[in-house]
Amino acid sequence: MTGALGLLSFGDGGWGDELLRGTLVTLQLAVCALALGLSLGLLLSAMKLSKHRLPRYIGDLYIAFIRATPEFLILLLFYFGIERAVQAVLVAVGLDVAFEMPRFLAAVIGLAAIFSAYAAEVFRGAYMAVPNGQIEAAIACGMSDWQTFNRVRLPQMWRFAIPGLGNLWMVLLKDTSLAAVIAVDDLLRQAKIGSESTRAPLTFYLAAGAIYLVLTGVSDLARNGLERRARRGMAGV
Amino acid sequence: MDFYFDAKIWASDTVCAALRPVSPTLFATSCGRFIDGFFVSIELLVIATLIGFPLAIGLALARTSRSSILSALSYSYSYVFRGTPLLVQLWIFYYGFGALGASGLGLLWPLFRDAYSVGLIVLTINTSAYSAEIIRGGIVNVPNGQLEAAVASGMSWWTTMRRIVLPQALRIAWPAYSNEVLLLLKGSALVSTITVLDLMGQTRTIFARSYSLDIFVYAVILYLILSGGLTVLLRWIEMRMRLPGY
Repeated sequence: MTGALGLLSFGDGGWGDELLRGTLVTLQLAVCALALGLSLGLLLSAMKLSKHRLPRYIGDLYIAFIRATPEFLILLLFYFGIERAVQAVLVAVGLDVAFEMPRFLAAVIGLAAIFSAYAAEVFRGAYMAVPNGQIEAAIACGMSDWQTFNRVRLPQMWRFAIPGLGNLWMVLLKDTSLAAVIAVDDLLRQAKIGSESTRAPLTFYLAAGAIYLVLTGVSDLARNGLERRARRGMAGV
Repeated sequence: MDFYFDAKIWASDTVCAALRPVSPTLFATSCGRFIDGFFVSIELLVIATLIGFPLAIGLALARTSRSSILSALSYSYSYVFRGTPLLVQLWIFYYGFGALGASGLGLLWPLFRDAYSVGLIVLTINTSAYSAEIIRGGIVNVPNGQLEAAVASGMSWWTTMRRIVLPQALRIAWPAYSNEVLLLLKGSALVSTITVLDLMGQTRTIFARSYSLDIFVYAVILYLILSGGLTVLLRWIEMRMRLPGY
């Protein structure tokens, strides 16, 4: 076992610092995808709640597509799809340069695209969970539609949305490992590089697994805390 | 088994021949591979679910049992396999344990040598961990009076579980379990990273040769068919299980 500990130590001889750097990339991926995914999710839920039929259909179609397609396939589709699309635009404009899609960006967009579809459903549920009396009271106070949404509905939506979003964060955190397949230098890819150069795959992948377990474990505790906070002052729960 | 292989080939030939007039050249030339991967994905899903489901019931019973050791063991199992990415689990089992070789694994070596069986083992373990939590939720939500009535009627623990608790718990848990099966289908695409040629694996192979994005579009359509069919099947089972008055 001293061999395994030596491999995972910090400094020149060990891979500890590489794994740590990979962990940071994993967290960056997750946080960026969360930020983008939440915004897209809000937009998508607005489409689903729209009075018009067209945005509702588009929203439904998108969500159905994401829910039925493997995350891995979605990631590859976005990675190669955006690269081709940008290249086509460059050619159309008359620029003769080869475009290479930044892998980190592709992973963030792909992960956010997945996250947003599920988040939209969470937001929609939260939107409808805010009691109607609150909205009526806001209108009676003379608030405009935007004021009603921004001051009354949105702040209360969060408390209904937090349990669902907490689950989605855990899923997202685990899905970031897919980025390793398109060669983003995240935790899993660092473990892969380490295992290939030292021929000790079990040590490296177990170490990566343990780090993921710590990340999800800490997230779980944070989620419980947030959920308790969101329930503050609610009756009967 | 021979019958099954023959049926697969027959289905592949028939479907591809039927689609030929309407399919683009690229699909026509890779149709056989797509259908082959399609079947492998279904196999993985069906076998992992058929083994994972009873395993999950066992884990959920252990988790809700009065024995604190069994409960803790079941909890740790779920915690570890739900807390780590499926992809990492696959790589630990295939590349990690696989590297131990025949000398390190002994009798288990034939299982770990073959990517298909490793994929199957990991998918089964993974789905059983998630499903156990779902079924536990169902068990906890069976009204307490039911349990008390069963005990008062003199039923043993096992009889109570078999006749009273599980039939109700599984009905409560079914919608969430259906969702998990769908997630398993999507997760199964990851076995392509350990060289299994499932639908995703075939897709990547064909893509590597043609480098055409259309390949991914065909794969999306095939996965839509798979998950659509699966959703209908699971809903049908849900309807069949429904009891009058519930």
